[in-house]
Amino acid sequence: MNERSRISHFANSEAPLDIARYIESGGYVGLMAALGKTSAEVIGVVKNSGLRGRGGAGFPTGLKWESVAAGEQPYLVCNADEGEPGTFKDRFILERAPYLVLEGMTIAALAIGAREGYIYVRGEYPEIAKMLALATEKAKARGYLGNDILSSGFSFDVAVRVGGGSYVVGDETALLNSLMGNRGYPMLKPPFPTEKGLWGKPTVVNNVETLAYVPIILGLGAQAFASIGSVNCPGYKLFSLSGHVANPGVYEFPMGTRLRDVLEKAGGVTGTLKAIQIGGTAGPIFGPAALDYNLDFPSMQKAGGALGSGAIVAMNTSVNMAHVLEVTMRFFAQESCGQCFPCRYGTRQLDYMAHRIALGLGKVEYLDLMRETATVMVGASFCPFGQSVALPLKSLLDEFGDEIVSFMTEQQYLKEVSE
Amino acid sequence: MSVSLTVDGNKVTVPDHTSVLEAAAAAHISIPTLCRHEDLVPKGACGMCIVKIGGQTGFKRSCVTEAREGMSVWTSSPEIRDIRRGILELVLAAHPADCLQCIKHGKCELQTLAERFEIRDLHYDRYTRGLPVDQTSLGIVRDMNKCIGCGRCVEMCNETQTVASIFFRGRGADTIVAPTIGKSMGDSVCVNCGQCVVYCPVGALYEREQIDEVWKAIDDPDKIVVAQIAPAVRVAIGEEFGLEPGELCIGKLYSALKGMGVDVVFDTNFSADLTILEEGTELLGRIREGGPFPLITSCSPGWIKFCETFYPELLGNVSSCKSPQQMLGALIKTYYATQREIDPARLVSLSIMPCTAKKFEARRPEMNASGLCDVDFVLTTREIARMFRQAGICFADLDESAPDPLLSGYTGAATIFGASGGVMEAALRTAYELATGKSLARIDFSEVRGMQGVKEATVDMDGLAVKIAVTNGLGNARKILDTISAANKLGKPSYHFVEIMACSGGCIGGGGQPLPNTQAKRARRMEGLYMEDRGLALRKSHENPEVKRIYAEFLGSPGSSLAHKLLHTSYLDRREAASASS
Amino acid sequence: METAPKTALEGKAPSPQQPETILQDYPDRRDTLLSALHEIQRCGARKSWITDQEISLVAQHYHIPLAELDGVVSFYKMFAREKRGSHIIRLCDSLSCRVRGSLDLYHHVRNKLGISTGMTTQDGIFTLEIVNCLGACDKSPNLMVDNTLISGLTIDAVDALLDGILEAEQ
Repeated sequence: MNERSRISHFANSEAPLDIARYIESGGYVGLMAALGKTSAEVIGVVKNSGLRGRGGAGFPTGLKWESVAAGEQPYLVCNADEGEPGTFKDRFILERAPYLVLEGMTIAALAIGAREGYIYVRGEYPEIAKMLALATEKAKARGYLGNDILSSGFSFDVAVRVGGGSYVVGDETALLNSLMGNRGYPMLKPPFPTEKGLWGKPTVVNNVETLAYVPIILGLGAQAFASIGSVNCPGYKLFSLSGHVANPGVYEFPMGTRLRDVLEKAGGVTGTLKAIQIGGTAGPIFGPAALDYNLDFPSMQKAGGALGSGAIVAMNTSVNMAHVLEVTMRFFAQESCGQCFPCRYGTRQLDYMAHRIALGLGKVEYLDLMRETATVMVGASFCPFGQSVALPLKSLLDEFGDEIVSFMTEQQYLKEVSE
Repeated sequence: MSVSLTVDGNKVTVPDHTSVLEAAAAAHISIPTLCRHEDLVPKGACGMCIVKIGGQTGFKRSCVTEAREGMSVWTSSPEIRDIRRGILELVLAAHPADCLQCIKHGKCELQTLAERFEIRDLHYDRYTRGLPVDQTSLGIVRDMNKCIGCGRCVEMCNETQTVASIFFRGRGADTIVAPTIGKSMGDSVCVNCGQCVVYCPVGALYEREQIDEVWKAIDDPDKIVVAQIAPAVRVAIGEEFGLEPGELCIGKLYSALKGMGVDVVFDTNFSADLTILEEGTELLGRIREGGPFPLITSCSPGWIKFCETFYPELLGNVSSCKSPQQMLGALIKTYYATQREIDPARLVSLSIMPCTAKKFEARRPEMNASGLCDVDFVLTTREIARMFRQAGICFADLDESAPDPLLSGYTGAATIFGASGGVMEAALRTAYELATGKSLARIDFSEVRGMQGVKEATVDMDGLAVKIAVTNGLGNARKILDTISAANKLGKPSYHFVEIMACSGGCIGGGGQPLPNTQAKRARRMEGLYMEDRGLALRKSHENPEVKRIYAEFLGSPGSSLAHKLLHTSYLDRREAASASS
Repeated sequence: METAPKTALEGKAPSPQQPETILQDYPDRRDTLLSALHEIQRCGARKSWITDQEISLVAQHYHIPLAELDGVVSFYKMFAREKRGSHIIRLCDSLSCRVRGSLDLYHHVRNKLGISTGMTTQDGIFTLEIVNCLGACDKSPNLMVDNTLISGLTIDAVDALLDGILEAEQ
């Protein structure tokens, strides 16, 4: 398999801003290939590659590009608001291969006809924002960005913007609101951003990792990418491994790789594996049976989960699942934007109940009430954030409910004894 | 074009771009909502209106989903009912359970739905936010413990009124609606229009009541309570007692006020006629002297504070006339006191207004022509209805009676003050005749009537083409004001005369009117005023005999120095307030 | 396209500049608002919040009503409108950090500084916040001091860090 089909190939941790080294390693081959094609041809290549968005939803990237409404100058936005707990693969890319992302953005802009692009970097990554600003300057100085890129007549410029600390802004419509200096509320869909996005203009929002694979696809051709990984979910994917793993870090595997193999590459689990969360906080918390899951979008969906951002958090038997419940519910309550009632009030109640349970003040009735709350939130939340609370919550209660109940009983007993 | 769909199996045909919620209504199915309002942009916040749509996964918010050809919609199922109940329980668990003491008791949309869905007990542990109630404003109380975050007030204040005094603050469960940090309702840019109150589904925003103070004055044997009633109240108060919007209730109002113990009952319509004489004279003076144009009306206190805050450069264009409320207040404590030989300190001047901003206006320090407050207490239509109920007055069944003479006679021109365009029309009826000495052949100026936000016309005044504009709702006012401001800067003419009312539809849609105070109801109240106008023998302000008499006996002529002392006022540049945080 | 203003970074070395001077670098386009707020929050020595006077300047610069601007500022957790410590300690308590000891670290910091999350020490030096993920889970547990990410924390490392800051402040 060609080494250049992996993002890791372009990662340069010593001198990430050294554009010459980036070019030496094969950088800008994809852009040059794209400049020789029409917009439709570039979109065709990406469609044929089967690339699916790496932000979490797995929407086919070529289709998104193709759906950009005609008529008005569209915008391109790179979503670098990596807030999903357990996820650090965008940081990995941006810290080591910033030009790969800029190159991907330039190709995407060429495909959709954008002249202006933004990189929205989460506020918690200030050093990365600084680095990206430098990288855009350098790319411009070399003619890879800005006016008349590589004398092709095509111009595209990128501005770096930083967030202010909000998870929900990772949602593409909320991100656009934030980029327009508003509260980071998700917007109603339809209209989709590709019809009406930034400043009311058609806008494509792509994740950092998605854009990083774009130059690879253009450089190697659609077929080379499509032949890697799963049939209907091809290519490589970055996985963020953390928790009780011997060698945590970012690992790149073909889509569809078994979780067991991924963990093995990271040195395996420290201690005895008890639980594993896949896809981020919005993903289910599985028992060890998950080791045999294939990590791609369709397979994970079949398993009742989601590939999400590719976050994998391993937990050994030292972990108290009541704490996992508490951390997870607190996350939802703190990050709910508050726009819709089910999520605003639902996350507040879930957080309250989970916190009481973790403090040893829980009631057994809470468990059913938490499930009912999740049902309300799945049915009536405005955006996927509120709906997604059900996966981790229900999996925790299904898989580890007994443990949580006995924890509560034990706490109750200890309290009575001490009184 | 139209689309046909089925809602719970009932076939219904609706126009294109109709929401599923409205399509259901067409099929006589009422889908519950907590955030949607027929006058506002649906935002899909509450989630109560979810429905199932055939062939689609999950549930959809019917308020923001368009009805499509062939759709099959299911609005009720065990799952949907459970979710709706779940949302209500979640909201109620965070809500102070003080319905019995709440000003919105019986009118609260949350309470209504809780009843409809039979929320008898809550599975959740209750919590309260423990936030202090903001009582700093003279017009509006803000209690964020009761706020459910629907965002209607935010839309009204920011998009419709463009005052932008309140906005969402914080996030998640901590989200509230608030003025800028460090400010309260009382010292924010709020103009007290009360449209936030009108659209609040619960008791989070409400009028600052003065009922107790008024009862105290009525019960004080030393005090003589003198009341006045604004034009827009008479066609709306009936709604509080089961009558139709637009039904004229002025005779009943006189009876009810007397019945509850008010000593003297006057009518603001009298001073509306007086306003026309003063303002008409001002207009004719400006026409004679060639400006400054445009002259802008000054009856609406919400608009006045808006101008002072956002367009202080136009204050020179605003008529120096006090509003009819303040004119009558000033005359009660001077002219009336002298005529009846009463110590003005014994007089309590009470006004019944459709408006929350009038409460602020009455407390403006310059409003003291007699050395005492022109107006002591302002009650909204809603408050006076509460007092009638407390007094056991069966309002709908009352016989009609007459007001007290001296400051109560009025013409049709006065009564239409309550509708957007009314002041303009009344002024035109009088100014034309005063300017030309001729009698108007056609006194209905239909081009300035109606609910449209901006109305423009050119009126021929004996050879002079008078350009006029009428706006209602402060967002609409902004459109005209920006034009005027730009023209003024260039020294170019824009309009001669402009009427601005803070609330949509004019005073009939004021922040103190009976709830619900929808656009549809406002239109019907408006019709009621024009109907009264048509039925009156006198329809021009300068024909009002009591107005003629007060000029002859007391004021001299319109614009006299006494008239200026009592009936005119000055304004304050408040631009600083708009840009300074604290 | 307008040239992008320099990217402002929350918590970069406190800028001695006046807010008026800072705003001159930002075009009146709301996409630059959050960046400007980050820089203004840090202007002047040892400052980590946005004052009333500053918010008024920002409102005028961007033509945003004050209430709405505070609505935006209060939505994002990195901004503050009330006085905070000169150093913001953002301790991560994501699942990845929690399973590797963040709760112990929190208890330790809480006891050491005498403040819980959201509070500022009496000497005005530290404000402690709990955050949901700093995106460095492979090196957990993590915290951020102002703009600096510190990973692989132990109780000793936290002690050394806080003591070092205290020493520098005295």
